[in-house]
Amino acid sequence: MSKFGTFAGILLATTLSSGAAFAQTTLSMWYHGAGSEQEVSILNQITADFNASQSDWKVELQAFPQAAYNDSIVAGALAGNLPDIVDVDGPVMPNWAWAGYLQPLQIDETKIASFLPGTKGMWDGKLYSIGLWDAAISLVTRQSILDELGLRTPTLEQPWTKDEFMDALSKAKASGKFEYALDLGTAWTGEWYPYAFSPFLQSFGGDIIDRSTYKTAEGVLNGDKAVEFGTWWQSLFTDGYAEATQDPAARDAGFNSGKYAFSWNGNWAALGTLAAFDDVLFLPAPDFGNGPKIGAASWQFGVSAKSAHPDGASKFIEFALQDKYLAAYSNGIGLIPATASAAAMTENYKEGGKLAVFYGLSEKQALVRPVTPSYVVAAKVFEKALADIAKGAPVADTLDAAVDEIDADIEKNGDYGF
Amino acid sequence: MATIASDNRGLRLAVRYAVLILIAVIFIFPLIFMVMSSFKPDQQLLNDTGSFAAFLPVGDISLDNYADAFKRAPVGLFIFNSVLVTGVTVILSLLICSAAAFAFVFVDWRGRELVLTAILATLIVPFETIAIPLLLIASKLPWLGFDGLTFGWLNSYQVQIVPFIADGLTIFLFVQYFKDLPGELIEAARVEGASWGQVYRKVVMPLAGPVLATAAILKFLVMYNQYLWPLMVVQQEGYRPVMVGLQYFFQLNRAWGEIMAYLSLITVPVLAFYLFLQRAFIASIASTGVKG
Repeated sequence: MSKFGTFAGILLATTLSSGAAFAQTTLSMWYHGAGSEQEVSILNQITADFNASQSDWKVELQAFPQAAYNDSIVAGALAGNLPDIVDVDGPVMPNWAWAGYLQPLQIDETKIASFLPGTKGMWDGKLYSIGLWDAAISLVTRQSILDELGLRTPTLEQPWTKDEFMDALSKAKASGKFEYALDLGTAWTGEWYPYAFSPFLQSFGGDIIDRSTYKTAEGVLNGDKAVEFGTWWQSLFTDGYAEATQDPAARDAGFNSGKYAFSWNGNWAALGTLAAFDDVLFLPAPDFGNGPKIGAASWQFGVSAKSAHPDGASKFIEFALQDKYLAAYSNGIGLIPATASAAAMTENYKEGGKLAVFYGLSEKQALVRPVTPSYVVAAKVFEKALADIAKGAPVADTLDAAVDEIDADIEKNGDYGF
Repeated sequence: MATIASDNRGLRLAVRYAVLILIAVIFIFPLIFMVMSSFKPDQQLLNDTGSFAAFLPVGDISLDNYADAFKRAPVGLFIFNSVLVTGVTVILSLLICSAAAFAFVFVDWRGRELVLTAILATLIVPFETIAIPLLLIASKLPWLGFDGLTFGWLNSYQVQIVPFIADGLTIFLFVQYFKDLPGELIEAARVEGASWGQVYRKVVMPLAGPVLATAAILKFLVMYNQYLWPLMVVQQEGYRPVMVGLQYFFQLNRAWGEIMAYLSLITVPVLAFYLFLQRAFIASIASTGVKG
């Protein structure tokens, strides 16, 4: 072979090998966690691992601050520049799927058989999104408070009944040691209201929307059970157990400074409380008659309808579902891993771990919010109704008005395809 | 009698100053709270809110919140973006809107009253109502830049600047001010052979100091506080302004100290701009002798 031939051969080989590196098709991804250093660094690690693990796809991440994320997605959809991969809050997913922002995932569903139910985003019989974690709420208190008030310690198998719960609040108030018996977190607005408080309604036997048809809220949000719930909800404030208007600073630091006897709060705040006291208890939700309930479904990954590479996008999501990444998220930001095997790899959720109780709560008490596109509007209506009732609005009339507003939205949108 | 009158005047002055100082304190206290809180750890910050200690540099004071704020978000980049977008918009807005107002007030052309009325009518249209159509237009507009001809302005500086250069309020401010200028000055300049461009540059604009300062301050505040529009049109961190950047600090467990540090940092350009224009405003009145 001549020198020219050798040179041409080397050049061809170099070109082909460098071409392989450049052959990766770029997949864009939007994520809601900008500002959360650990969260973004874990996702950066996953994307780096994925990009290095194969030669077909390269994921590029763009992080958004959470408060601006949903609006950015809607604007992106309007402008026609959605990325390939998005993350979506569980209860919002049906709305985005219905609106045409998402397409079903192309992943092997046997791989998610062991995932917590709240992490699976099902809509119209198809899997649209999947979460690496879930979140859970508990009634936070201290063993010393229960002992002092002479209260039974409730368990997952035997949670407090409504009477026991009210007795606990009454005794806490009568003790005179707390400014308020219960911290409900009314300082947090937005999704907190339906996420944290609609399980109370469901435990009474009502709901935000009638899940048998998803075409109306009539009967479930203003029926006898719902009115019973609303009356109880209002009594928490009129009887002085909780604040209808709460200072955000009190929400953040009130329980730890002894202002409240009980706090209705999520697992994401648990580590801070554990650091403040050595006898913290994370109690299950009380049973108001229809079984104890807490909310389920947190942020999940999905593929945008606009993506020209749904196979690559789904491959990335499937890659991210490995236990080691589920555990990394849990260790990094305290979330509940989606699988028991991942939980066993974590510091806080393994058997005997400080937060293991939350895994049990997610498993046994969690109920996803109504799986319907109308939830996005219904959630806002529900929040307003509860805030109004807390401030003294008539219960039945307020719930009736909420039903009218939700039903009008469903009707305006042609029953959202139901 | 003179002594009594003098005493009364002194008392009135004292009361007036007392009221003014009280108002000044009320307005400056939030700023003091913000700056003082930015030096305190979260727990102390929250504990201090119920007492006067919230306004004092007491307790565990450090710059940790500032260091953490820079770790959480590219604060310098956000401030640079906002200052750039705001600065360019203010300068272009003053040029374009003053030129438009000049044409409405001094140049005689058919339909100017109708056009001015239409522009002023836009004052009652909230931005939110045109945001989506504007987004659709901006996402398809052509742009000739370093990459050649491209389509779609999303994720750029120009998409945050161009839609806000001309607006009804700024034109209105200039129109009102120009109407009060002595017409003899314009007529004299025209008689001397000055073109409309020369009248605008050499006669009218040198007299427009007060309205320039007022319009600049108003425009600066509107642009620096932009949130909805950049949220809709900017998906890349590299172009994000300070107000969208503020959301980086509102996580589930809020770091109030970092929020206060970030707010203190992003307030600096606003205060600097205000102080700069406050002097320009006074100097303008003193040098031109035109009533403000």
